[in-house]
Amino acid sequence: MLDYDFMRTAFAASGVVALVAGAVGYFLVLRGQTFAGHALAHVGFTGATGAVLLGAAPLWGLVVATLAAGIGMGAAGERLAQRDVAIGLVLALALGLGLLFLHFYTAFATQATALLFGNVLAVDSETLRTLLALGAVSLAALAVIARPLLFASLQPELAEARGVSPRLYGVAFLALVALATAGCAQIVGVLLVFALMVGPAATAQRLTGGVGSGVALSAALALAEAWLGLALAYYTDWPTSFWITALSAAVYLFAHIRVGA
Amino acid sequence: MSAIILRDVRLALGGRVVLDRVSLDIPAGAFVGVLGPNGAGKTTLLRAVLGLVPPRQGTLRVLGQPPSRGNAAIGYMPQARGLLATLPLRGWDFVAGAVNGHRLGLPVLGKLERAEVDRVLDLVGAGALARRPLTDLSGGERQRLLLAQALIGRPRLLLLDEPLISLDPHHQHGVVDLVKSVQRELGVTVLFSAHELNPLLGALDLVLYLGGGQAALGTVEEVITGPVLSRLYGAPIDVVRLGGRIFVMSGGHDMEHDAHRHDVAEAGHDHA
Ligand SMILES: Nc1ncnc2c1ncn2[C@@H]1O[C@H](COP(=O)(O)OP(=O)(O)OP(=O)(O)O)[C@@H](O)[C@H]1O
Ligand SMILES: [Mg+2]
Repeated sequence: MLDYDFMRTAFAASGVVALVAGAVGYFLVLRGQTFAGHALAHVGFTGATGAVLLGAAPLWGLVVATLAAGIGMGAAGERLAQRDVAIGLVLALALGLGLLFLHFYTAFATQATALLFGNVLAVDSETLRTLLALGAVSLAALAVIARPLLFASLQPELAEARGVSPRLYGVAFLALVALATAGCAQIVGVLLVFALMVGPAATAQRLTGGVGSGVALSAALALAEAWLGLALAYYTDWPTSFWITALSAAVYLFAHIRVGA
Repeated sequence: MSAIILRDVRLALGGRVVLDRVSLDIPAGAFVGVLGPNGAGKTTLLRAVLGLVPPRQGTLRVLGQPPSRGNAAIGYMPQARGLLATLPLRGWDFVAGAVNGHRLGLPVLGKLERAEVDRVLDLVGAGALARRPLTDLSGGERQRLLLAQALIGRPRLLLLDEPLISLDPHHQHGVVDLVKSVQRELGVTVLFSAHELNPLLGALDLVLYLGGGQAALGTVEEVITGPVLSRLYGAPIDVVRLGGRIFVMSGGHDMEHDAHRHDVAEAGHDHA
């Protein structure tokens, strides 16, 4: 399986994306902002289709659109970032616009499927380099802000009194979520970003009550699910995104049954 | 020495004046019950002391200094939110999240920082509690952890915003006794906001009663009287003493108890 170039690229790409998604996703779930993450992915769809229309790489459209939306949502305040109706409307509008952009583009069906459901086997070496760079930047940024971010997430009023601005870290964090989302969209597609961003994190929080152990477990689970999904896809010839979502859901369910008992 | 001094202070939020022309001195080492109906400005006053709500007028001094954000000499327990009960964390990790939480970097605690977490947990007798997940704790047990968190960094002034919210009378007394014993042991000044006076009666040195944009500070005998409270509520108030308990009544209604009931409904809402 690893004799093939495209498989090695796929393993590397999904590996780095999964690590970022697992770590960032831990804080996303902790902060109760999973729906905001979902909406960012949809905005990414608009960005990607817009980029395709302009003849640019979809990944850059994804990055630019999610970053802009993430920072905008963060600046609008914690409250908006958790407000379902506003987010839901943005989400629907974003998908609709993306559809319009695709309408003007000729190779409609393949592009749409790849963006919506991912196509990790089609990642080329240039995209891989971009993903590696984005991943390194995201993880480094998270490592720098993790401590005040955790404080502001757990105790916003106390953090504010201690001179930590929950607003500032809210914006910085959603920018990170935007980068992680753009990466995930390359692997599992915008519709299935939950599988890597939320599934492993929610499972980890179910299994451990520690912060350090939670982040580590979340990243490890995401990595394992992504790689195992890729291997299963190779042997079954079923889509990778299906296997990753199936593993993510199964592991979450298993953790629930085990701990819930 | 005074822990907090207000001179002709006006506090406002948006366009709304919450406290106006308030002057008072809170002596160091006192246990002060901050009372008043919903919206009277208890939280706003505490946030002003923290430097989060700058006075529109007048001067405010906290431990001899103008208020400033990030003052490590102040411990703060924010008004409880339902969120705490749903956090997927062990108590220890929750309390630890506030230790040097303003520093950049990974949230990995050094040896001294871990010792600080254990110290504050021991102070409130929550060493064993802290090993359990927050979701498994009772409201009173979670308040214990919040109090521990407020004690991080050895503050000289403790601001506790409604620690008794949604606790039954038995647990209310447990929390009040705990705060009182911590206050005695550490010699700190405590501002303890609450809706009801009675649970605090045994612990209080002074009452700070807020209402109608005004404030009255003094002993229970000085402040909890018909004339003073009538001025604050802007309506005729009767104070009824019954078997060691005090009831603040307006036209036959128990004001504090009504406010408290309203609050329990709110807290229940949060959990849903
Ligand atoms: N952002 C705001 N803009 C304008 N007014 C506000 C704002 N936030 C709060 N207020 C008002 O300020 C007043 C004081 O609120 P505060 O929270 O200090 O009262 P409180 O005594 O703590 O009440 P509670 O018992 O309900 O906690 C309230 O009437 C409230 O409606
Ligand atoms: Mg309040």
